[in-house]
Amino acid sequence: MAIKLSEAAEKRVEELKAKYPDSRSAVMPALYIAQEELGYVNGDAINWVAEKIGMAPVHVMEVATFYTMYYKKPVGKYHFQVCRTLSCALRGAREITEHLHKRFNLLPGEVSADGKWSYEEVECLGSCGTAPMCEVNDIFFENLTPEKLEAIIERIDKENPDLRFSSVKDKLGEGLKGQTKSEII
Amino acid sequence: MGEHRKILLANIDKEDQHTLSGYESRGGYKSIRKALGMDPLAVVDEVKKSGLRGRGGAGFPTGTKWSFVPRNGAKPVYIVNNADESEPGTFKDRLLMERDPHQCIEGMLICAWAVQSNWSCIYIRGEYGYPYDRLNQAIKECYAKGYLGDNIFGSGFKHDIVVHRGAGAYICGEETALLESLEGAKGQPRLKPPFYPAAIGLYDCPTVVNNVETLAACVWIMEHGGEAYAAIGTPKSTGTKLISASGHINKPGVYEVEMGYPVLRFIEEECGGIWKGRKLKAIMPGGSSFPVLRADELEGVTIDYDSLSKAGSHVGSGGFMVMDDSTDMVQAACNVAHFYAHESCGQCTPCREGGHWIEKIFNRVSKGEGLPGDVELVESVCNQIAGHTICAFGEALAWPAQSFIRKFPEEFKERIKASVKGSPLRVLPMNFEYQGAH
Ligand SMILES: Cc1cc2nc3c(=O)[nH]c(=O)nc-3n(C[C@H](O)[C@H](O)[C@H](O)COP(=O)(O)O)c2cc1C
Ligand code: SF4
Ligand code: FES
Repeated sequence: MAIKLSEAAEKRVEELKAKYPDSRSAVMPALYIAQEELGYVNGDAINWVAEKIGMAPVHVMEVATFYTMYYKKPVGKYHFQVCRTLSCALRGAREITEHLHKRFNLLPGEVSADGKWSYEEVECLGSCGTAPMCEVNDIFFENLTPEKLEAIIERIDKENPDLRFSSVKDKLGEGLKGQTKSEII
Repeated sequence: MGEHRKILLANIDKEDQHTLSGYESRGGYKSIRKALGMDPLAVVDEVKKSGLRGRGGAGFPTGTKWSFVPRNGAKPVYIVNNADESEPGTFKDRLLMERDPHQCIEGMLICAWAVQSNWSCIYIRGEYGYPYDRLNQAIKECYAKGYLGDNIFGSGFKHDIVVHRGAGAYICGEETALLESLEGAKGQPRLKPPFYPAAIGLYDCPTVVNNVETLAACVWIMEHGGEAYAAIGTPKSTGTKLISASGHINKPGVYEVEMGYPVLRFIEEECGGIWKGRKLKAIMPGGSSFPVLRADELEGVTIDYDSLSKAGSHVGSGGFMVMDDSTDMVQAACNVAHFYAHESCGQCTPCREGGHWIEKIFNRVSKGEGLPGDVELVESVCNQIAGHTICAFGEALAWPAQSFIRKFPEEFKERIKASVKGSPLRVLPMNFEYQGAH
């Protein structure tokens, strides 16, 4: 028996299925929806998606584990993804990761005790011209220095903004002080 | 030649360009209206005449690709706009989608009419939340105005667009992996044949897969004609190309240059020269999937398919990464190798295993633990990958790795010699990997 997610989520999946030539295509967006509600993709999420799409759970599991953006274990409420690829590395990506390491006293992939923070190193995020950069949930922060990053962390800590994209509402969160783009600080 | 001609970026700085009214106030959606008044095959011909080649990396002639689509077949025809943009050093599609989403949509509609397709999809990489939002808003506006839906522009032609988010897998940029992903499976490239998705693609139906920049260029081509486009650039590389410039330069960013523009001049003028008053050491002009070029190899080289290929690299995606003379090439090679080891889809043994071997060997050389023969070992591993895999990721992995050791052999050998003698390693100017978390 699969768990129940919100009605909005169920409705969204049904809408999505109708948008593609075949409803199988909706498996990825459905996984995003489940992840939004549960925070990560666990067995319950897999079963829910399998039932909604009409696919074998093992098949959904295969998809969920192939892609890195479906989290198989919880991440922090604010998850920092620092690009480590060449253009960012050439302009100081390491200092950014180092700052997060010291600031949160965490290793990549670990979550702070209050569940608020986590970080990891990722590959090129298509922001190489504004390197170094990192993505927090769904928002890019570019042209970083450790000082700028610290200012961003402090504002996030204080304002608790919504930095996520919602597939149910079909829009990006409210961001810091209502802005959804990275030109914030 | 008019090097600073703006085709794709003509209106990129206009504040309201992302809105339908802003786009239309600058002549938007004129090209599709014109196309809808033409025979679909004539539209294909116009694109053929333009000489436009795919901007996603491979450079395949776009009009020719469209002409592979069967006419009046029993199966529906689909279009996929490849917005997976994950090639290291590439960020031009993001700019187009963020600032000028309607240009992307109009390009897709022109293609849709040309190949008579009623359904298309923009496959956008999952990390692009903001461009995704922008595209969705633009599409919503189009539906409201009847520019999308059952009767577009009152022509009786039906077209729907869905934006589909990827979820963090570089390989989904490869067109057959993308189609697998879109069918709700793991993104693993398909065995060839069939060679062209244009014949057998999404759900076994004919499918045109084109890059965002390619489709966007069709808007100008329809307005001004294929011949006008072909008159720009060089005979074999027509038109303009978006170059995403990054790395050790003063002015990183996306630049539109006419094909045939000199590489060194591009670095000096557009990119504002090398930062911190340093000297140029090397570039990767087409993303990290094509070989690195040394500064001394760039004299007379121009940004176009012929010249960059002759120089031993490629236009690729236009991900133009610049390294200054402080760059440690062994570390740079490690960084690139890590990407490919991490992103292999795992289907083919040479790619899945070879990628990690190359990374390991580069890493040990970089740490001062290299062994005699390591350079030759990388050569041999690369030779066993390229040409022995299902998709071109194999070459994308092997060629750049090979190019680093061939172009900078002394840096690798010096490092290995030092470690063999047990002498202390010189201090590295940069250490890319932090915790080495994979
Ligand atoms: C490993 C690999 C990754 C690729 N990544 C992309 C990509 O991110 N975006 C893209 O447009 N094309 C990418 N391509 C090229 C596509 O397979 C395909 O050729 C292209 O989308 C066709 O469009 P075009 O002719 O307009 O360039 C990639 C190819 C390979 C082999
Ligand atoms: S070459 Fe690599 S990425 Fe391509 S299909 Fe084989 S294993 Fe997958
Ligand atoms: S290399 Fe970091 S965003 Fe591209």
